Amino acid sequence: MDPKNIIICRCSDVTLADLFELFDEGYTSFEELKRIARVGMGPCQANTCGKMVQWEISKYFKKPLEEIPFHNMRPLTLGVKLRAIKEAAEDEE
Amino acid sequence: MKNKAKIVIIGGGISGASIAYNLAEKGETDVVVLERHYLTSGATGRCGAGVRQQWGTKMNCLIAKKSIEFFEKAEEILDYDDVEFKQEGYLIVGSDEEEDELFEKNVKLQQSLGIPAKKLTPEEAKEIVPHLNTDGVYSATFCKTDGHLNPFLMTDAYYKAAKRRGVEFYTETEVTGIDVENGEIKGVKTDKGYIECEIVVNAAGGYAKQIGEMAGVDIPVFSQNREILVTEPIERMQDPMVISFSKNIYCQQTPHGAFIMGRGDNREAGLSVESTWKFLDEMAKTVTNLLPPVGELRVIRQWGGLYNMSPDRQPIIGGTDEVKGFYMACGFSGHGFMFGPMTGVLISELILGEEPSMPMEELELSRFDGKDVEAYETNVV
Repeated sequence: MDPKNIIICRCSDVTLADLFELFDEGYTSFEELKRIARVGMGPCQANTCGKMVQWEISKYFKKPLEEIPFHNMRPLTLGVKLRAIKEAAEDEE
Repeated sequence: MKNKAKIVIIGGGISGASIAYNLAEKGETDVVVLERHYLTSGATGRCGAGVRQQWGTKMNCLIAKKSIEFFEKAEEILDYDDVEFKQEGYLIVGSDEEEDELFEKNVKLQQSLGIPAKKLTPEEAKEIVPHLNTDGVYSATFCKTDGHLNPFLMTDAYYKAAKRRGVEFYTETEVTGIDVENGEIKGVKTDKGYIECEIVVNAAGGYAKQIGEMAGVDIPVFSQNREILVTEPIERMQDPMVISFSKNIYCQQTPHGAFIMGRGDNREAGLSVESTWKFLDEMAKTVTNLLPPVGELRVIRQWGGLYNMSPDRQPIIGGTDEVKGFYMACGFSGHGFMFGPMTGVLISELILGEEPSMPMEELELSRFDGKDVEAYETNVV
């Protein structure tokens, strides 16, 4: 299948071909890829693409998967509305 | 890795990348940039992505203005596709008469320096941001040429331009010591090896004090964690960045669609960049009150980053008589990203012995010698 037609990150619309291009440009870690291509930075927070990105880095650079650091996961785990957070905070007060 | 270079820059954020580019552009290409993690992993990549000229001190206004002038042409100058620069303004809202007096003074200063800022009534502010809740808004200021810029892409643009001109960047390389003999820089120790050099530039952001200590220079700065969050992206609904010093908020919609927002609290100095639930609660309350529809958006991520605070909240840019060859670009107090272009210009001019583009007395470390700082920039969130 053409890498241009393989979507890796659905939130930020990043294809496998995009990843290959970034690898060739010298962006080789998950953290660097995130910052240049927004891969893994959308609403799902890499819950969909995370493992795939890690796997593709491993395959492309022929390194064992366990040597490819996963991206730095940050809170929140799921999207929460600001108003819901505000109301819950005021409720507790 | 090279074991010898004329100039070693410590820090792969906007400052380090801009300094490297400016040196190389002027022909000094024997330059190495050292970064502990990856480029923009520190304060640059953690900042709010805003660029503004509405400051309360002359130096901050001037540096910001000249930097914006660079951003306007950055893609062309650096031959880069898109840095996501948009000039849709900064709307600063104030709460009372006292803040209104500050606005009056600021706008007068800004206009005298050619910055197109103006005072607004709450009604005029609402015309620019229709979903602004003007209850509790006394007055506002607006500068239409302030705006948004992507910190990752802007740094990448400098990085690539510097690299094409011969600068070498070493990421995942941590500085462990600086060699000084008889008051002169001799080299830099890293966890990947030693680099002999004549000049060291401290562009280490939140770690500037620690780098200063390695060279035996006491820099009067401290770092403080400031938190920030981002929402899911949505269709366009807010043009300018909305900020308030008294309400403690900055909030903008990026060209990509997500809202980025942050606020400060007076927490202890330190190097932690942790995320707290307290910030999330306070941020949610503040933004939902000031910009009610934004409350309907989902927060997808939060993080922290370091402000490197100087005593007068103006940057420290320059060398020092204590150690020959040691230059500092630090103490940006939360606005190092937006000052990046001028940081690079000024440091390169000082290193190459050129006439500086602006008076340096109020930027050099020596301005604090034996003096208590009384007046300082108050326009910081």
